[in-house]
Amino acid sequence: MHLHKFEKIWLTFGIVALAVFLGVVGVSAFSQDHTPAGGMDTIDPKKVNETAPFDKPGVTQLDDDTYQVAIVAMAFGYNAPDLKVPAGKEIIFKVTSTDVVHSFTIDNTKVNMMVVPGRITTKSYTFDKPGKYLILCNEYCGTGHHMMFNEIEVY
Amino acid sequence: MIAAQDRKIALWNIGVAYTAFLIGTLCGLLQVFIRNDALQLPAWLDYYQILTAHGVLLALIFTTFFIFGFFITGMSKSLGAFGPKVRLFSWIGFWVTLLGTVMATVMIVSGEASVLYTFYAPLKGSGWFYVGLALVIVGTWISSFALVGHYIVWRKTHKGELSPLFAFMTITTIILWIIACLGVVATVLFQYIPWAFGWTDTINVELSRSLFWYFGHPLVYFWLLPAYMAWYVIVPKLLGVKVFSDSLARLSFVLFILFSIPVGFHHQLTEPGISNFWKFLQVVLTFMVIIPSLMTAFSMFATFEISGRKKGGTGLFGWFKKLPWKDVRFTSIFIAMAFFIPGGAGGIINASFQLNEVVHNTLWIVGHFHITVGTPVAMTFMGMTFWLIPYLTGRKFTKSMQILGFVQIITWSIGMLLMSTAQHVLGLLGAPRRTAYSGYNGHESALEWFDGILTNHVTMAVGGSILFLSAMILIYIVVMTMFLSPKAVKPEEIVEFPMAESDKESTPKWLENWWIWIGIAVFLIVAAYAIPLSHMIHHAPPGSEGFKTW
Amino acid sequence: MSKKDDHANVDLRGTLISVFFVGVVIVAMWVIVYSMYVAR
Repeated sequence: MHLHKFEKIWLTFGIVALAVFLGVVGVSAFSQDHTPAGGMDTIDPKKVNETAPFDKPGVTQLDDDTYQVAIVAMAFGYNAPDLKVPAGKEIIFKVTSTDVVHSFTIDNTKVNMMVVPGRITTKSYTFDKPGKYLILCNEYCGTGHHMMFNEIEVY
Repeated sequence: MIAAQDRKIALWNIGVAYTAFLIGTLCGLLQVFIRNDALQLPAWLDYYQILTAHGVLLALIFTTFFIFGFFITGMSKSLGAFGPKVRLFSWIGFWVTLLGTVMATVMIVSGEASVLYTFYAPLKGSGWFYVGLALVIVGTWISSFALVGHYIVWRKTHKGELSPLFAFMTITTIILWIIACLGVVATVLFQYIPWAFGWTDTINVELSRSLFWYFGHPLVYFWLLPAYMAWYVIVPKLLGVKVFSDSLARLSFVLFILFSIPVGFHHQLTEPGISNFWKFLQVVLTFMVIIPSLMTAFSMFATFEISGRKKGGTGLFGWFKKLPWKDVRFTSIFIAMAFFIPGGAGGIINASFQLNEVVHNTLWIVGHFHITVGTPVAMTFMGMTFWLIPYLTGRKFTKSMQILGFVQIITWSIGMLLMSTAQHVLGLLGAPRRTAYSGYNGHESALEWFDGILTNHVTMAVGGSILFLSAMILIYIVVMTMFLSPKAVKPEEIVEFPMAESDKESTPKWLENWWIWIGIAVFLIVAAYAIPLSHMIHHAPPGSEGFKTW
Repeated sequence: MSKKDDHANVDLRGTLISVFFVGVVIVAMWVIVYSMYVAR
């Protein structure tokens, strides 16, 4: 199995490029906490409305610099009253579903979370700019999927 | 020409493939018009029903039947005519797959399974939809084992010999397919079917998603590898040269067995229930499967350059002009390859861990698979159709058919370029996939997405319409070459199966020791999946009941 | 290794440039999306 000299150059370049990509995302993810949405917490999908923090969905201030936003997703909307959060503070989103799989996606941000019944998805994000952001569901959830949206106000 | 009975099996497979293609592309056309508000559907039909049919019929059914038609023809050509048992099981496999297809399609059309082709629980379709899917898989297994049987017979009578490159690649693809399907068979048989028929009350959603994606990613390689087979084995023949390197071609194929399966989590990067460690481990493995594609890129350009230089091309790029551009069999595949450059690059982005947050479930993903399976794979299949059907029917591929062939691939390229570019840009802006409409009550952000010259509904609709026109031209070519074109009589009219020579004298024998590759593949799968899957089972939340939200 | 599989003497300069074009597309697209990710 002989490799042409140029093929060696090409494969070396390719493998180095892939290693650099992995290095960049790996370091940024694990040393600067830029990991995608996730979490290992579970919940009874039939008892969402009586389980904290989803018994009182909405914004809660945890301390001076941190807010938690609990959201219940369902076909075809979000139970998330009065979504107003400050810019420049860490916002921890916690989302779960009472029925099928949805997403909780905030336009023009890194918040793009799959919402799986029985699981709690967590994502931490800090808004830079105030404004009104569109929230939408980007996982097909039924006839009204395209009607499933909301808005969050950043002040 | 291969044995008449083998030709018949291949032709039936291709016939079903193009029937699915016809219905599937029609659904695609309807979709762009619905999104464009230009079409009102009757009450019994909705967007998501059509979307499900589009995905299932094109991504699963067209590809699978075409692939088996191609495999059957090539295996009969390279290893000799099928024996009676191989033939019998090829027919059984065909009919079982077709039965499953019809069951699933009937359920989709009757609105009992608007669950899209990923059928994520706890959306609950009719139990018969899942039975149909299971039969499709079982049918392909029967067809697969028939081909494996044919190969084993050949090996027994050719002791110590490496098999022809075509057969080697077919067996590689089949091994990959069988291992991959274990995941979807497990979830459909043990989770979906008992749950959909009401024998169990709930389903473990995260487990079902993970088993689906264990299958879902190698599924794309099941589409891609037959296209790579054409690139490695057919293209050199069209160019009048040998396979660039037999051993490297085989090596890249076995690397796909190893690395295309333990990577499914890269479709689940933004969801809960899988820890970051396991997600990232599978991201690393996903990057490994890029390497054989980099090898393939080099082999392809080298094949072009060697051929062009042989024909008198000089300088750095003189060879490029010497390629047989007037041969639609070649030009089609060349365009297919060109589309795979941004297609593959997009795939690297999708798998890049947190970068997935930018593109996940946006229209970017839709654009991505239209320039991977929708063009590199599909247009390679189209390019093969131009000679495969005439080869099997013994009909001519007339001058006017060749011109139509060019019109078809050029319209497909233009349509796809418009549509997929629009989809990629819209996705980066944030527009979601899989939506009938994405106006969100005229929300400002949503309006901005569709404001661009390229990123508006009209571009997508124009692209979609051109694609449909192209598809109809192809259907015309298929019908003509299958039933109506004049029979080839003179030797120069006879359409050949272009299969290049491949020097295997210096190819190491261990490449064809399948147990090595299956062993390593199983090891990698266990390493990547055993712990996270067992965690999903042992620490499962209460399961989900089914929902019919359509 | 036998001479048959030996491509050492083949002129593949055009191939090298072509694959590096592929490499540039890959790196450029990746960098664009990465910078979009960082900006969000």
